[in-house]
Amino acid sequence: MDLANYVPSAFTSLLKNATELITFAYDVPFARAVVFGVHIGGHLFVEGLLLVVIIFLLSQKSYKPPKRPLTKKEIDELCDEWVPESLIPPVTEEMKREVPVLLSAAGPHTIINGKKVVNFASANYLGLMGHEKLLQLHNLLPLSFHVDVHLDCETRIAEFLGTPDSILYSYGLSTMFSAIPAFCKKGDIIVVDEGVHWGIQNGLYLSRSTIVYFKHNDMQSLRSTLEKVTQDNKRAKKLRRYIVVEAVYQNSGQIAPLDEIIQLKEKYKFRVLLDESNSFGVLGKSGRGLTEHFHVPVDKIDIITASMGHALASEGGFCTGSHRVVDHQRLSSSGYVFSASLPPYLASAAIAAIDVIEENPQLITMLRDNSKILSTGLLGIQGLELASDIMSPLVFLRLKKSTGSLKSDLQLLEDLADRGKCQTFDLKVLPAVCIVGLYGTTHKRFLKMMQLQVLKEHSVFVTTSKRSIVDKCNLPVGIRIYVSAAHTESDLQKACESLKTVAASLFTD
Amino acid sequence: MITIPYLTALTTYFSYGLLFAFGQLRDLFRKFIDWWKASNLQGYAPICLGLEDFYIRRLYLRIQDCFGRPISSPPDAWFDVVERVSNDYNKTLKRTTKVSRCLNLGSYNYLGFAAADEYCTPRVTETLQRYSASTCSTRVEGGSTALHVELEQVVADFVGKPAAMVTGMGYVTNSAILPVLVRHGGLIISDSLNHNSIVNGARGSGATIRVFQHNTPSHLERVLREQIAEGQPRTHRPWKKIIVVVEGIYSMEGELCKLPEIVSICKKYKAYVYLDEAHSIGAVGKTGRGVCELLGVDTADVDIMMGTFTKSFGSCGGYIAGSKELIQYLKYTCPAHLYATSISPPAAQQIISAIKVILGEDGSSRGAQKLAQIRENSNYFRSELQKMGFEVLGDNDSPVMPIMLYNPAKIPAFSRECLKQNVAVVTVAFPATPLLLARARICISAAHTREDMVKALEVISRVGDMVGIKYFPAEPKKPELEEGRKKVE
Repeated sequence: MDLANYVPSAFTSLLKNATELITFAYDVPFARAVVFGVHIGGHLFVEGLLLVVIIFLLSQKSYKPPKRPLTKKEIDELCDEWVPESLIPPVTEEMKREVPVLLSAAGPHTIINGKKVVNFASANYLGLMGHEKLLQLHNLLPLSFHVDVHLDCETRIAEFLGTPDSILYSYGLSTMFSAIPAFCKKGDIIVVDEGVHWGIQNGLYLSRSTIVYFKHNDMQSLRSTLEKVTQDNKRAKKLRRYIVVEAVYQNSGQIAPLDEIIQLKEKYKFRVLLDESNSFGVLGKSGRGLTEHFHVPVDKIDIITASMGHALASEGGFCTGSHRVVDHQRLSSSGYVFSASLPPYLASAAIAAIDVIEENPQLITMLRDNSKILSTGLLGIQGLELASDIMSPLVFLRLKKSTGSLKSDLQLLEDLADRGKCQTFDLKVLPAVCIVGLYGTTHKRFLKMMQLQVLKEHSVFVTTSKRSIVDKCNLPVGIRIYVSAAHTESDLQKACESLKTVAASLFTD
Repeated sequence: MITIPYLTALTTYFSYGLLFAFGQLRDLFRKFIDWWKASNLQGYAPICLGLEDFYIRRLYLRIQDCFGRPISSPPDAWFDVVERVSNDYNKTLKRTTKVSRCLNLGSYNYLGFAAADEYCTPRVTETLQRYSASTCSTRVEGGSTALHVELEQVVADFVGKPAAMVTGMGYVTNSAILPVLVRHGGLIISDSLNHNSIVNGARGSGATIRVFQHNTPSHLERVLREQIAEGQPRTHRPWKKIIVVVEGIYSMEGELCKLPEIVSICKKYKAYVYLDEAHSIGAVGKTGRGVCELLGVDTADVDIMMGTFTKSFGSCGGYIAGSKELIQYLKYTCPAHLYATSISPPAAQQIISAIKVILGEDGSSRGAQKLAQIRENSNYFRSELQKMGFEVLGDNDSPVMPIMLYNPAKIPAFSRECLKQNVAVVTVAFPATPLLLARARICISAAHTREDMVKALEVISRVGDMVGIKYFPAEPKKPELEEGRKKVE
């Protein structure tokens, strides 16, 4: 009974004592002081104390483990221990292989190792190499600054294509990889075909834009990609959007369907960048390229680039478009600003070549007929299939049976190697040991073998497609045959027959 | 190091600020006018966003007539400059048929091969007839002629390395080689004033890039030590390989690289050296073999030597020289070799003939004469300019001499006044140089005679006084000896 009463009463007395103390603190004499007309209550001291405590805690440094930079001795040790990789990986047998050396101009017939061969390895589409008009050049001096021949060449090209202006670059490869970074910056969106060549890939990488690939020459895939990209980026008013395609793809010989691309472009408001290296002077009734082939007005394409090392039998490249496009490149395209210009005689050669094309439109029909003959002639070839378009001057043959397993490829190669030993040519016989490598490497060796055999036995010079290690393209490798308007019917027949014979002998399974 | 006087810096900033303000004002008016007129973009984003080409539209176009002047004759010591007129305040320029004969102080024609040469030109013509202007094909396909093989051998011997590889353009050589040598996981340390082609090649490779102060070997050592100790960013794994990229002669400064120190540092830290001799091959050194010969560095210590043929050899193209295995590997993997058209055969013949002339293998001593001439010319010109009080950059023996202008208004003033007196100079401004440091770059050639140089000096001195670029006090002329006094023996 006492305990039950004791606790509450002790509690109440404690409480009473506390309140008395507090009121006493409040009533302390100077607590009621009036300083500068402001009443200071005792509670201010409690708050003041609290503030002091807070400031004290905040000013304490938080605990960080002490920073100990590396001492000189430790850095010396690390530098001594570090072993760099060698500059290049060990050189393999393939790398030591030599390329065939020509002893005369690379026209439709050329001389290799003292033997006359039919040349299907130069992109001399209209046979203009060795034309007298191109060889009568007035200024032969290679060095140049900004010679007026260049300006004449630029106006001539613009006139020929029907565009307002054009700009000349000194090298075909640098045209694309300088033009793209001049217009595409970080944050822009570029939709590009997966089969474009290295120049374009490098330009895209340097531009730091967002890159989206679509399936090679597949318009369905392009449509769905454009749809997806537009959906994802609704706020795309200030965003520049580009589609980059090639007219005739270097890696497969297919022709891009420009009319469908233009429809898609207008629907989704993208700009088009077209690389016409293999189609300038080739497609279209008078050789004006893909736009003429598909009857599309040339001002619908924003930027057209091309290399002059193909149909025009010269060197260098050009880019053409509206005045704004061309003038912008004169100061911001690095391949134009920071390098020397084209040797004048090459610019004169290009002008002469365009004159020849305008005067002789029958060259283009001859080329078209030749490519048709060759493509149809190679349709029945064993083991290989035609990957390129019938109209394209670049005939591309890839392996029909891409045998899924590496083992069967190896088996095939072993057989070939054995067969190779019996033949009378001085090939370095491929060792049939483990060819560890990509799917492409096995095929590359196989195709190389075929190429050499065709050259040695039948005197027909074709090439295989090469891939650099920095190239991201995944299209299959194959044999590339460049048709020229200067090839005669007998040359083409010879090529068809020799390729068929060699393929038949190598693919007897 | 360029030290700009304070007053000049102030006035330069003020000038640029004024130009910028005017440009913005005009852009504002343009915006109003465009808003008034219907736009023809139809829903597309504009191809050049507002500020990207501001510099071109508002600053460069005003003085466009100083750049890109067309010429109508080979760029020898004297050449013909085509005159241009403009009806709309320099927005567009039209060529006229009038030409004026001017002294050429702007072409990189160091040994005088740009003009018709008695040994080279007949051979080039013959090659053109035989091999035609282009091979239309890549080196690995159908583009390797006997000429290309010979060229590579000749270049390798000239430079002093076992093997060499030649491409059709110097810019592409750098952009295509660096991605092959170094990939992700490697480190590229490059000089802060390296050429744009090296910068592009390094960016395209995917490796990490670090910069060291221009031509300062001690800073290079510090950067190397730091980087090796730290390793790759974020993961701190050790670097796969480190490549240090330097140039022989820096084209905007005219300075020689401090090669012996840099090579010894790289050897100590096991980094690879990549030397870009675009301007120095053929122009410096006793027999013209470049900066290695001049500074006494053994070519076996430099791992990769690169150069171009545009400057001293009167041709086009670039080369890479190194060990045999390196060249074999590069020929197998480098995109410039696999995808690009091979160098034009007449240009290749020009290089071969030029190298033969330089080495004296054509039977005359013209090569040695040319080399001595260019050295003498550069030293004379530079010392005279410095005596007159100009601020000239560059080391002795280097044929490139930039004269500092700084102020943006002095660029067109200097250029136009010199052209009026028939001397053609090249002025360089942003973006090739930093914004404040605009300059006029003079390139001396072996084809310049003493009279040419005296005339050039007179004109430059007069124009310099008019424009006000003699930033240093001129040296007082020595008092002439009185006539009649005999020398005391």
